[in-house]
Amino acid sequence: MTADPVIELRGVSTRFGRLVVHRDLSLQIEAGQIVALVGGSGSGKTTLLRQMLGLIRPSAGSVELFGVDLNEPDPRVQRDLRRRLGMLFQHGALFSALSVFDNVAFPLRELRYLDEDWIRRLVHLKLAMVGLTMTHAQLMPAELSGGMIKRAALARALALEPELLLLDEPTAGLDPDRSQSFVELVGALQRELGLTVVMVTHDVNTLAALATHVAVLAEQKIVAFGPKAEIAASDHPFVAGFFGADRQKLL
Amino acid sequence: MKALPRLSIEPGRVILAGTWTLAAMLPQLAELQAQLAERSRQADAWDLSAVSRLDSAAAVLLWRAWGGAWPEQLQVSEVHKAVLGRVAALPGDIPAPAAPPPRLPEIVGNLVLKAMANLRGMVALFGQLLLDLGYLLRHPAEVPWKECAANVYKAGAQALPVTALVGFLIGVTLSYLSALQLKTLGADLFIVNILGISIIRELGPVLVAVLVAGRSGSAMTAQIGVMRVTEEIDALSTMGVSRSIRVIFPKIFGLTAAMPLLVLWTSAVALFGGMLAALLQLDLSLVYFVENLPRAVPVANLHIGLGKGLVFGFLIALVACHFGLRVKPNTESLSACTTSAVVTAITTVILADAIFAILTRHIGVPQL
Ligand SMILES: Nc1ncnc2c1ncn2[C@@H]1O[C@H](COP(=O)(O)OP(=O)(O)OP(=O)(O)O)[C@@H](O)[C@H]1O
Ligand SMILES: [Mg+2]
Repeated sequence: MTADPVIELRGVSTRFGRLVVHRDLSLQIEAGQIVALVGGSGSGKTTLLRQMLGLIRPSAGSVELFGVDLNEPDPRVQRDLRRRLGMLFQHGALFSALSVFDNVAFPLRELRYLDEDWIRRLVHLKLAMVGLTMTHAQLMPAELSGGMIKRAALARALALEPELLLLDEPTAGLDPDRSQSFVELVGALQRELGLTVVMVTHDVNTLAALATHVAVLAEQKIVAFGPKAEIAASDHPFVAGFFGADRQKLL
Repeated sequence: MKALPRLSIEPGRVILAGTWTLAAMLPQLAELQAQLAERSRQADAWDLSAVSRLDSAAAVLLWRAWGGAWPEQLQVSEVHKAVLGRVAALPGDIPAPAAPPPRLPEIVGNLVLKAMANLRGMVALFGQLLLDLGYLLRHPAEVPWKECAANVYKAGAQALPVTALVGFLIGVTLSYLSALQLKTLGADLFIVNILGISIIRELGPVLVAVLVAGRSGSAMTAQIGVMRVTEEIDALSTMGVSRSIRVIFPKIFGLTAAMPLLVLWTSAVALFGGMLAALLQLDLSLVYFVENLPRAVPVANLHIGLGKGLVFGFLIALVACHFGLRVKPNTESLSACTTSAVVTAITTVILADAIFAILTRHIGVPQL
């Protein structure tokens, strides 16, 4: 096994026109960590995830995944890199023209190595993991409820058995029961496969139950990063405001 | 480097070790599959205790190699057993969702039904438009003037350059080709009649209609379609804003108002192009051409041309809005509906043109 950190951001700055979202931001995430990325609305959490995926190029600084720079020119290296990660977008980003089944099967079919029976079993496995049934599998994304979209998108993010899972507000829109089973699912996957997870969340319960580490994004930087307990004890004003009375839950 | 999946065999026992994940298996997938299939026939004792990682893709692979049942002897860690357990819990053979291939009568029937539904939709839209018009006449303060003006600008003013360019080129081409023929007959002066009648009465309106159907018609369908996909239409109606008055009416009104003007403009530019070509090819002066135009082309032709513009504009906008409203909330349907809108609009225009030709066959044709 390599000792490379799974994600390494060095001096990243992001700008949209005049608006500076990140300024000289650095973050290093090791294999096996479950990192909760917290921060106010509009503080640039989604943008940071998009940086990690290489969907936005930073205006300064560098992003490395598994020790490979995202600016690596070789398309095959890039493609193999993308196959090692799964992303759950904030609004699902399911392919609207494909049924739920085909959405989850899509990345598997793209591999061009697996036969249909294998794909079918895998898709049903993933759907069962996120609590969707066979009847849901034939529905189109437009026919799903908000929470079902989240779960279908999670199933798709898990399809390729990623080593790194990026989740943008995975439990927003789920009922408490579902949130709980989501926490158990990701926890179980982490134990089985040694996943690394980065999740944006506003839900203190999910954070408390799942995260090992917390990164706090405020003032265009990561103002605090460390094990959950350490962050909960910190006296940064944003941390105090964010967790408020729930601080006890983290400990 | 990553550890590879390894497979070894001792008498009566299959031993797996290393990383059994999709990514690690991919480079040697076919080989592994063949080996597993062969081993599973030879031995029924499996040792997975040296496996460091086992994901569900690998679990499915193993489960299939075992023929869908637990092997007699299995050594495996608790964590990995849970992964295998999830695969085992799946129903044995999952049927492929099979749709029977459609038969010919079904295909034809579906097409007919779809055409009828479209026709009914357009009639309904037309009726809604009449109702809206009645309502707006009674409540003139609610006429969405701003949107109407914006649509006239978008469909009309912004189309001026492209229609002028195409019209000019068609005028030049037509004039040039006709001049070649007329010269051999010594009937040079008839170029005025040929260009005048064909452009003003026929080519101008049809040319503009085809351009506008591709340009504005597709834009209307796509816009209304995306508004449906993103639920903006629903948001409008929750605010008590009528979608037909605010979204549909201005589009149809705008295009119906702009088209005759576009036809006038395009015909004028096309005639100008024809005149220039005639000047170069036949030495026919511009002044002669302009002076003789009213004599050669009865003014009724202009009225017919403008009337066609009005009707074509209305038809294009009606078809485009109808298909926009039929878009289902997915990208595939959006592209299909946009295509249908343009194709149907152009077909409808040509059809209407034929009807015009029949109805106006005695009007405006100079008697020689
Ligand atoms: N494509 C873009 N163009 C311009 N500005 C953008 C773009 N994407 C995001 N922004 C801006 O960047 C800032 C951060 O946006 P981002 O979506 O990352 O916030 P967030 O932390 O995910 O918020 P939330 O918790 O509400 O999802 C916002 O001020 C937003 O307006
Ligand atoms: Mg966000």
